[in-house]
Amino acid sequence: MTGGPVAGTRVGAPGAETTGADARGTAFVEVDAPGTASAEAGAPGAASAKASPETSVEAGAPGAASAKASPETSAEAPLLETGWRYGRHLLSISDLGAEGIMELLHLADHFAEVGRRPIPKVPALRGRTIVTLFFESSTRTRLSFETAARRLSADVLTFTAATSSVGKGESLRDTAQTLHAMGVDAMVVRHSNAGVPWQVSRWIDASIVNAGDGWHEHPTQVLSDCFTIRELIAQRDGRQAEDLGPEVFKGLRVAIVGDVLHSRVARSEVLALNALGADVTLVSPPTMLPSSLEGWEVSVSHDLDDVMPNIDVFYLLRLQTERGAGRDVPSLHEYTEKFGLTARRAESLSGHAVVMHPGPLNRGVEIASEVADSTRSLVLRQVANGVSVRMAVLFALLGGRRH
Amino acid sequence: MEGESRWSGVTDPHPFDIVIRGGTVVDATGERRADVAVSGGSVVAVEPSIDAPAGAQVLDADGCWVAPGLVDIHAHLRQPGGEESESVETGARAAALGGYTAVVAMPNTDPPIDSPSIVAEVLALGSKAICRVDVAGTATVGRRGERLAPMAEMARLGVRMFTDDGAAVADSGVLRRALEYARGLGVTIAEHCEDPALVEGGHMNEGAWSSRLGIPGRPAAAEEILVARDIELARLTGGRLHLLHLSTSRSIALLAAARREGLAVTGEVTPHHLSLTDESLAGFDAAFKVFPPLRTADDVAALRAACVDGIVDAIATDHAPHSAEAKDAPIEQAPPGMIGLETAFPVALEALSAEGLAPARLIALMSWRPARIAGISTEIGGDQGGPVAPGSPANLCVLDATANWVVEPAKLASRSRNTPFAGCTLTGRARHTIFRGEPVVVDGEAMR
Repeated sequence: MTGGPVAGTRVGAPGAETTGADARGTAFVEVDAPGTASAEAGAPGAASAKASPETSVEAGAPGAASAKASPETSAEAPLLETGWRYGRHLLSISDLGAEGIMELLHLADHFAEVGRRPIPKVPALRGRTIVTLFFESSTRTRLSFETAARRLSADVLTFTAATSSVGKGESLRDTAQTLHAMGVDAMVVRHSNAGVPWQVSRWIDASIVNAGDGWHEHPTQVLSDCFTIRELIAQRDGRQAEDLGPEVFKGLRVAIVGDVLHSRVARSEVLALNALGADVTLVSPPTMLPSSLEGWEVSVSHDLDDVMPNIDVFYLLRLQTERGAGRDVPSLHEYTEKFGLTARRAESLSGHAVVMHPGPLNRGVEIASEVADSTRSLVLRQVANGVSVRMAVLFALLGGRRH
Repeated sequence: MEGESRWSGVTDPHPFDIVIRGGTVVDATGERRADVAVSGGSVVAVEPSIDAPAGAQVLDADGCWVAPGLVDIHAHLRQPGGEESESVETGARAAALGGYTAVVAMPNTDPPIDSPSIVAEVLALGSKAICRVDVAGTATVGRRGERLAPMAEMARLGVRMFTDDGAAVADSGVLRRALEYARGLGVTIAEHCEDPALVEGGHMNEGAWSSRLGIPGRPAAAEEILVARDIELARLTGGRLHLLHLSTSRSIALLAAARREGLAVTGEVTPHHLSLTDESLAGFDAAFKVFPPLRTADDVAALRAACVDGIVDAIATDHAPHSAEAKDAPIEQAPPGMIGLETAFPVALEALSAEGLAPARLIALMSWRPARIAGISTEIGGDQGGPVAPGSPANLCVLDATANWVVEPAKLASRSRNTPFAGCTLTGRARHTIFRGEPVVVDGEAMR
């Protein structure tokens, strides 16, 4: 358990007074578990009257505007404003910009630390209800969000629906409104059609998190990727990730390889990397690129071998085999020959180049098994970091004063 | 008796005495300040000042245009089969409120209008409506694009236009024969030009916005390819071709070339394609989803110019009612289409007044030129399109081009609410509509 708050750099809303920060620069104050007596600040293990022995008392609250709360006590402090300035939803990466992305990464640092504790749980969102509304099946992403929500002590409801039932039974709107009527503070929405999270945000009064909408966006995946890249570079440079700002991404040469056209991860990735100043190259056959790249600062190549020597991060996209083979590319074999990160190609990678993939992998298609399992591959780190990042997102949106 | 309806029955209309006072008459001969008197279903006088006889209904047209009733050659009235979203009666009421005295009902109903019995059914429903309802028949049986529909049998009941609208006739051989056969009957084949293979799976214009929004696109080329193909077949066959809802600048160029060549090809544009772009879909509101899709600002500019230059013959609404539930769906699942009869005039007016279009030119696009295409023009023995002169059939609209009003979907006469202009303040409205001598809309209210 960490000790009490230490004065340090505040991360969060500018102008808010510093109330304390840990050694790594994350400001936090003791956050009282809602509805319970105030807890003593800085007393590891000191639980509020109602807090269960399993939950740790501390929770990070960067940007907390509690000028009044001294570092020693939280007084009768209710949940404090997180100072989150980027809206009550997370729908698109472009809602965040470089600053918003970095704020979330700093928040995620704190929750990554929570994740390393014997009891990886904080009461920050206790009493809040979060629903995962997944119309497209994705066990991994859903579990990642649910884990994040539970680690914040929120109550979690799960709603999954086979894609085919949407529009045939209860309408999308009725589903959202019915769930909301049960009393939810946030909905995490995934759907195979673009725009559904925006529509849901118009129908109900709750925070909406886009967990993937059709070909359009997947902001939390990309935030996790940015977190992973920063972590990697920190490690390589022998520094603490928390000390690294957006400069870590500037000029970083990233190749996004594969079916960009159908990839929500690619769209969010380009938006994030453009905002952070990275150097993005799309590597695809023309049939797998959007008809217009207007607004994207990217280079394009149709030849992976051409660009390979000049790339720091290879971000491989899953080939949608159900759709791609025979249609957008003549065959999987041809795709792998031209765009797959085969073992042969991997041999010629420069020493520091790394490989990322949003998962699930098509081993032997876009990525050779040996490459997927090599030390260059950050895939498992991407997955692990997903929980911390999602905790950061949920906390940023919900950690403030209850309405 | 002033203001009291003397309507006594469908088959025996009682003549009205109406004086439309204080307006500016706008018709094919131009514009002039004049009062208009109507009696027994006809215009009887057009003079600078007309005294209303005792018992005559006086309709105030101060500041308004008095024009031949508008004619919409492309409206989906959903009967038979789609009555939950519209009926002939409610669609006709919406039309009359929009200043229309005639609409042509599209045949992509359920069952489709591909036989004389269904034509008769819809005409019967239309006979009670407060505007003229003509019927378009399908070009092929069941709209399946394989066998020619019984055009002659339907033509005997007055059908003048045949279309598989909703889709193109994909097989060029079938379309060729349809055009040839139509030529023999003196009727028109109308086409929804979008190549099915190129638009498959697409839900909005393919371009910068579809790429940004991750929504599968429908390329402009899909429309242009079929426009070009259809024009070639019109040239080959000599048949009369009408191109529905053109939406791209290149389509306009193709139409212009066909007109220069003297081919029997006409084209229409919708008010929404004259005013909205694909950027409208950025909020993921399916109210803006339509086929062919809303395009780019350049396309909108080209369509407007084509209206001004006379390359386009008609503004047609493509009024397409859908239930609120259907339109609440994700963009990729929602049905395409927007209602438009009640908003067409102000939207078209705003879109084209920036181009400095004279009122008579705008009304030409919305009244007598579409009437000609539909075969119901006074020029060929029909009763639509004017001129506003003694002896003409009294199908008139009184349009206030300066009236501001807010579009409240729940207050529209259409059974459906799917208008992209919901909540918008529009300028321009039909104040009165006179259908066959009967004032069916007075002061913006439908009389029945």
